[in-house]
Amino acid sequence: MILVELMNDVAPEVCLFIIPVFDNDMTSNSLRGPYADSTEECYGQLQNYSGLEYVKCCSLLCDKFTFLEFSISHSQITRLYSRFTSLDKGENGTLSREDFQRIPELAINPLGDRIINAFFPEGEDQVNFRGFMRTLAHFRPIEDNEKSKDVNGPEPLNSRSNKLHFAFRLYDLDKDEKISRDELLQVLRMMVGVNISDEQLGSIADRTIQEADQDGDSAISFTEFVKVLEKVDVEQKMSIRFLH
Amino acid sequence: EEPTQKPESPGEPPPGLELFRWQWHEVEAPYLVALWILVASLAKIVFHLSRKVTSLVPESCLLILLGLVLGGIVLAVAKKAEYQLEPGTFFLFLLPPIVLDSGYFMPSRLFFDNLGAILTYAVVGTLWNAFTTGAALWGLQQAGLVAPRVQAGLLDFLLFGSLISAVDPVAVLAVFEEVHVNETLFIIVFGESLLNDAVTVVLYKVCNSFVEMGSANVQATDYLKGVASLFVVSLGGAAVGLVFAFLLALTTRFTKRVRIIEPLLVFLLAYAAYLTAEMASLSAILAVTMCGLGCKKYVEANISHKSRTTVKYTMKTLASCAETVIFMLLGISAVDSSKWAWDSGLVLGTLIFILFFRALGVVLQTWVLNQFRLVPLDKIDQVVMSYGGLRGAVAFALVILLDRTKVPAKDYFVATTIVVVFFTVIVQGLTIKPLVKWLKVKRSEHHKPTLNQELHEHTFDHILAAVEDVVGHHGYHYWRDRWEQFDKKYLSQLLMRRSAYRIRDQIWDVYYRLNIRDAISFVDQGGHVLSSTGLTLPSMPSRNSVAETSVTNLLRESGSGACLDLQVIDTVRSGRDREDAVMHHLLCGGLYKPRRRYKASCSRHFISEDAQERQDKEVFQQNMKRRLESFKSTKHNICFTKSKPRPRKTGRRKKDGVANAEATNGKPGDLGFQDTAAVILTVESEEEEEESDSSETEKEDDEGIIFVARATSEVLQEGKVSGNLEVCPSPRIIPPSPTCAEKELPWKSGQGDLAVYVSSETTKIVPVDMQTGWNQSISSLESLASPPCNQAPILTCLPPHPQGAEEPQAPLHLPSDPRPSFAFPPSLAKAGRSRSESSADLPQQQELQPLMGHKDHTHLSPGTATSHWCIQFNRGSRL
Repeated sequence: MILVELMNDVAPEVCLFIIPVFDNDMTSNSLRGPYADSTEECYGQLQNYSGLEYVKCCSLLCDKFTFLEFSISHSQITRLYSRFTSLDKGENGTLSREDFQRIPELAINPLGDRIINAFFPEGEDQVNFRGFMRTLAHFRPIEDNEKSKDVNGPEPLNSRSNKLHFAFRLYDLDKDEKISRDELLQVLRMMVGVNISDEQLGSIADRTIQEADQDGDSAISFTEFVKVLEKVDVEQKMSIRFLH
Repeated sequence: EEPTQKPESPGEPPPGLELFRWQWHEVEAPYLVALWILVASLAKIVFHLSRKVTSLVPESCLLILLGLVLGGIVLAVAKKAEYQLEPGTFFLFLLPPIVLDSGYFMPSRLFFDNLGAILTYAVVGTLWNAFTTGAALWGLQQAGLVAPRVQAGLLDFLLFGSLISAVDPVAVLAVFEEVHVNETLFIIVFGESLLNDAVTVVLYKVCNSFVEMGSANVQATDYLKGVASLFVVSLGGAAVGLVFAFLLALTTRFTKRVRIIEPLLVFLLAYAAYLTAEMASLSAILAVTMCGLGCKKYVEANISHKSRTTVKYTMKTLASCAETVIFMLLGISAVDSSKWAWDSGLVLGTLIFILFFRALGVVLQTWVLNQFRLVPLDKIDQVVMSYGGLRGAVAFALVILLDRTKVPAKDYFVATTIVVVFFTVIVQGLTIKPLVKWLKVKRSEHHKPTLNQELHEHTFDHILAAVEDVVGHHGYHYWRDRWEQFDKKYLSQLLMRRSAYRIRDQIWDVYYRLNIRDAISFVDQGGHVLSSTGLTLPSMPSRNSVAETSVTNLLRESGSGACLDLQVIDTVRSGRDREDAVMHHLLCGGLYKPRRRYKASCSRHFISEDAQERQDKEVFQQNMKRRLESFKSTKHNICFTKSKPRPRKTGRRKKDGVANAEATNGKPGDLGFQDTAAVILTVESEEEEEESDSSETEKEDDEGIIFVARATSEVLQEGKVSGNLEVCPSPRIIPPSPTCAEKELPWKSGQGDLAVYVSSETTKIVPVDMQTGWNQSISSLESLASPPCNQAPILTCLPPHPQGAEEPQAPLHLPSDPRPSFAFPPSLAKAGRSRSESSADLPQQQELQPLMGHKDHTHLSPGTATSHWCIQFNRGSRL
């Protein structure tokens, strides 16, 4: 919990700073001093440090509590950060669309562009490590102990509904929380082979919408989207074990 | 009931010519086989008479018990046990169909999703079971709990352990199919039972050869060879299977013209895979499984729809048959007490050990696996997996195969195996259902796949693949994606016929299937959309659907005489247009667009489409009444142009001589079509008779139906044409005026879906080799059109002539464009052209014009009604 608050306090840039230390200095025992069990103590101890030391403290905190915000383990974050830096050709701590597009497999993924876009916050064309992690956190499997715990707390990014919403946003280009026929057609066009004619695609799209549409607006709202997929094991089908 | 009593006269000397002779020995073997299968099938029927019994007791249990009873009878009557489950028969004939069936219909996605777990249980689990069971039994013997008369060393026990440890696919399938646990659990247990065959075979062979060599002679290299052979047997078996899958897929790519052998190919090549693997002493089960698994996608795409159904049912029938026989023979074999010797210690020990070690093995492996699994297997799953480790006929067949001279304890092993098999199949089979219920194991939910699910799951797959690419992790999704790319780029191109490859898409497939399902259920409910005007399904004989409405009106008008035209002109007009438009949009979304997968059959090697046609007719007839009711209120005007096949009916209905002349004019060659048309029409006419009585008043309002008697070329030669035309009595032709309703007809827009569909279908319905027939009928039409051709110029002057009316109909004729065969008199053609330059005009339209002109000229009665129907009865297309 401490870290979550901490993360909220410090600027994203600092967060970004925290991570590299993970990578390099975690074996260093000399810094294994400051542990904090409460926010106050944490802040208090952090007061004593500045610059690199400060960062290292944060990293140790992270180590202890793991990366609570995304519940992604430290070792995975380390690996993901190295991946992040290797993708970051500009070496400015952020990824641009071009950085993503350089991934060869992503280029042939029919939904590649849509997924790349999903990494970028609204209206921006750069994503920092935290944003990167935030997107990836959607795909973390749901642990057993997570299913039961805090119902009232903020919904974790990897909850079923967030996973679904991630997929939903890929369809919903104009962000009106509805998948219209045109939007569906575009996705179908990307996914279905070129040999299916437009009119056939159209009828597929029509049928898909008819199937899901409950309020008769000829579009799929998010509620309807969730409804049609209620029998699908989304928790499993939208999770990657790697992001444990 | 008692096949053994059949033999009558084995060896008496033939006293000359016999009037009646038993030749039992010549037919004995196949006769017995058939009888056994028959008995087994009858038993199955009897079992299923009571749903209560089958819901409680698995079929396999009942069959084993039945086998016991039958075996007892045979033993009592024949004084010796006959009809054993022979290992040779079992491995060569009974096992392959079951394995092929399970491999072919294996849900491949689920299988590969869980491949890691399946392989672990199959390889590690089986090895573990074999060694621990064998060693524990040996320990039991050392402890003196097994009677000393069981002469077996450690190797013997390991051999026994290896054959008794393998989970049996047949038993698992038989029991689990009725339990309906969730798919993951099922695929793990079932996949394990299939894939462990390689391990079982290797272990069995290695141990067997070690026993035969004698433990003293076994050298270190032999152990290494044993380990190596595990890889050779399993990978070799899989490779053989894949090679045959490749061959099979490739072969079916070229069966376009010999559809009828497609199912045979599937069975032959799969069986060849089995035999090849068996010959090379590789894992035959693995080979067939991989063959089925590998070829399915391509084979299904290549072979025709009917072949697919055939393959499915034949496979299911064979598998079910084999399974039934296996269980029954198992029961019968157990009766033969000469083969086995009982030792309580061994039997009890084995039972306890296999249960215990299976459970222990599952728990240990699951613990390891759960470290890597996305969805961990919970305790309940583990219980079911442990308890579901059924042993079956494979173990029995293997133990029978043992050499008594080399394995002195064989009889004891046989007895123990029988007990173990019976225990697992009967006791565990009986209790697993309540257990599953009691433990509240997640059951499989059977829900129909929806288009949304399919589509979104594809999206999920792409998303996951993309995320793995982004994080640079080459995990499962990465490799699946790679495979799919590879498959799409190379494999599918190579193995699928081009037409199939083009339309091969999973989303489309689901869409297609859903539509078929909807259509069927719609038909079942007696829906009538299928036969609505304006929509032509490919399965419908020509355009009977259209004729249907017109016929009723035609008959209504029969008293007034008609102008019966043999060719096919059709204008869909106002009153119905709105309905059509609505219907079109409805269908557009709700019905399968029938462009694909429909091929006209014109060879005796094809299976004829009769059934389909009959079905359509049923639908058609079924809906007649309803439709008539709904149309009663509608006022149509019909210009019914009718083709030759109708004369029989016309003759009956019409009282004047024209019809009789018509009736005689039918070309003998048209009989085929006449038959199909006649069936429908008869019904209609009867309906109509009732109708016509009740709707006298309406009749008055209805516009006349014009029958233009069209003559064939022969008729022309006989000089009857003019007569026909002159007699043609219907006096009223109304120049139809375009209505606003027409404007909303979708096909008016030119790119309207329906028009395109109909047209493309029409093209298809006229196969290439039918073109001549078509052309003939066209030319007959042409010759018919010529008489009034001098009137064509007049036509152009007719002010209210329905150009607009013809437009909507024009695209309908687009594909059947017989332009090359058309030779309108220049003046006529010109007239037609000039008039319809702007619209999408077509020869058919031109053809219509002279006809209309003629009618207009002779029996003009303008303005009598607004709605005017010209129904096309596309005879030429059905030739």
